[in-house]
Amino acid sequence: MENQFEESDDIICTACPMGCHTVVRRENSSYHVRGAQCPRGERYVKVEATDPRRVVATTVKVRNGSIRRLPVKTSLPFPRDRMRELVHSLSALEVSAPVRRGETIKRNLLGEKVDLVATRDVSVQ
Amino acid sequence: MPRKLRADVVVIGGGPAGMAAALGAKEGGAKDVFLLERGNELGGILNQCIHPGFGVQLFREELTGPEYAGVFTERLSSSGVEVMTSTLVCEVKKDGRVKAVNRSGVWEFVARSVVMAMGCRERTRDMLRIPGTRPAGVLTAGLVQYLVNVEGLLPGREVVILGSGDIGLIVARRLELEGVHVKAVVEIRDSLSGLVRNYVQCLLDFDIPIFFSHTVTGIQGEGRVEAVEISRVDEDWRPVSATAYWMECDALLLSVGLIPENELSRRMGIPLYPESGGPYIDENGATELPNIYACGNVSSVFDLVDYVSMVSERTGRAAASTAARRPVAFTLERGEGVGMVVPQRIRERGEGDIFFRPARSVRDGSVQFRMGEKIIFENTMPVCRPSEMVRIPSKKVSWPGETGKVRVEIHGEPIRGI
Ligand SMILES: Cc1cc2nc3c(=O)[nH]c(=O)nc-3n(C[C@H](O)[C@H](O)[C@H](O)COP(=O)(O)OP(=O)(O)OC[C@H]3O[C@@H](n4cnc5c(N)ncnc54)[C@H](O)[C@@H]3O)c2cc1C
Ligand code: SF4
Repeated sequence: MENQFEESDDIICTACPMGCHTVVRRENSSYHVRGAQCPRGERYVKVEATDPRRVVATTVKVRNGSIRRLPVKTSLPFPRDRMRELVHSLSALEVSAPVRRGETIKRNLLGEKVDLVATRDVSVQ
Repeated sequence: MPRKLRADVVVIGGGPAGMAAALGAKEGGAKDVFLLERGNELGGILNQCIHPGFGVQLFREELTGPEYAGVFTERLSSSGVEVMTSTLVCEVKKDGRVKAVNRSGVWEFVARSVVMAMGCRERTRDMLRIPGTRPAGVLTAGLVQYLVNVEGLLPGREVVILGSGDIGLIVARRLELEGVHVKAVVEIRDSLSGLVRNYVQCLLDFDIPIFFSHTVTGIQGEGRVEAVEISRVDEDWRPVSATAYWMECDALLLSVGLIPENELSRRMGIPLYPESGGPYIDENGATELPNIYACGNVSSVFDLVDYVSMVSERTGRAAASTAARRPVAFTLERGEGVGMVVPQRIRERGEGDIFFRPARSVRDGSVQFRMGEKIIFENTMPVCRPSEMVRIPSKKVSWPGETGKVRVEIHGEPIRGI
């Protein structure tokens, strides 16, 4: 069979402030990184090319709390390409005070096995 | 009649700087420590910074702003510091008298030491002089961050952001997640002002274009912003009129820098360092006035809250001490490639940290501290960017026996674009 390969666009490594410009090339099932200046960056860029994820931070509505919006974040990095969908899906979510920092607000977001956690305390108004 | 209170240390401002300073003062042995905050809770700017990116240096963990603030609020609650929120300081006198107001009236503190930790505010359109009409919809990026994250309000549907600093980038992502279209980021420099990581995660992730060497030269709209005029600039940042075009939008966000909040200091007559806009300070945050200290963004704008906490705790400890200050041994000045240096005074060799901000982005950088022709510190840095303050522990510098002026310089290959 002929050799199958694919090359990514420029991926900027953000694992350190150097910000190396890299390209990931897939040949059959192995990946080669060009432009990374260290092994840590190489690992980072491979993940970025295959399964990019981000911790997503947003807010949700709070009922009878001392503040109107509760800041929340995903418990783990969440698939990058579903971030908008995630935030949109939370627009109707409402929680009631009191809330504790670190409390789980919603489990298994969009079936991705990542939870939503509160990032601050909210007392009852 | 104002109520009078005697204090060892009064800290003005309950952001990360003030919280760490108050804790430091307690640890340094001060008995009566007051922390005065005008807002209704502690945390300062951290409360609106809901994104992760805080605490990596201090806790080896990426916290969000509210989480970082929460850690310090908890420490304070068991520290014995008297915290007064919803309390605005309106006057500080050289002799340590601090006047404040809150719901229960006017308070006068008579403090042995005063620590100023009032943070900074954003530069506005008036300071930039953009011509055009004066419609609604021109807002600073930090204000928008507050409106979106704390109040749950959106500034518009189609926005343009002027300036590529980190606040603007982070707000761009936040708006996109909320369904607002960020049409462009316009940057007058030929390179990014913010962190590369924020460029990737806030702009690239959302396909937001950035125009380098461009600026906003006009604003149009009756009542509400309808369009902004964008022009290319030449090497001296002068707009080239033939390149101007209009981009439709209903909001323009300004992310064009922060200035330390120094009304109180100015009225007190404290000398201010023009490059940072804050008071001249030494390695302990001592200003030129005895018993008056400054830390955090009021002394100069920091990009990492971890550094703010570190220096502020030191400042709190120094403010608690009753020992006489030593004379100034060295003055630090910015040299080639450096935007500003903090502290600007060194009294004790090898104590604390020295921070400075690169004036432009360079690769293969070399950092030097010079006294005349003599080099007292040298280090190489693969990259230096204006978005990242450089920190050098003072103990790494070969301070000579004699005293004098030290110039901080950065040399290297300029970086364009990202
Ligand atoms: C939008 C934004 C995003 C940031 N993102 C990051 C990041 O991702 N990672 C990171 O490490 N750092 C980040 N930073 C930087 C970091 O948050 C700041 O350096 C830090 O918050 C500065 O702390 P501070 O206490 O000096 O100022 P502030 O947090 O501004 O606190 C000052 C406090 O003083 C109070 N005050 C002012 N005047 C008075 C008065 N007269 N009387 C009583 N109280 C008064 C104010 O109400 C405020 O609470 C960000 C900063 C901003 C603005
Ligand atoms: S490849 Fe290595 S050196 Fe380059 S940015 Fe990534 S982590 Fe830093």
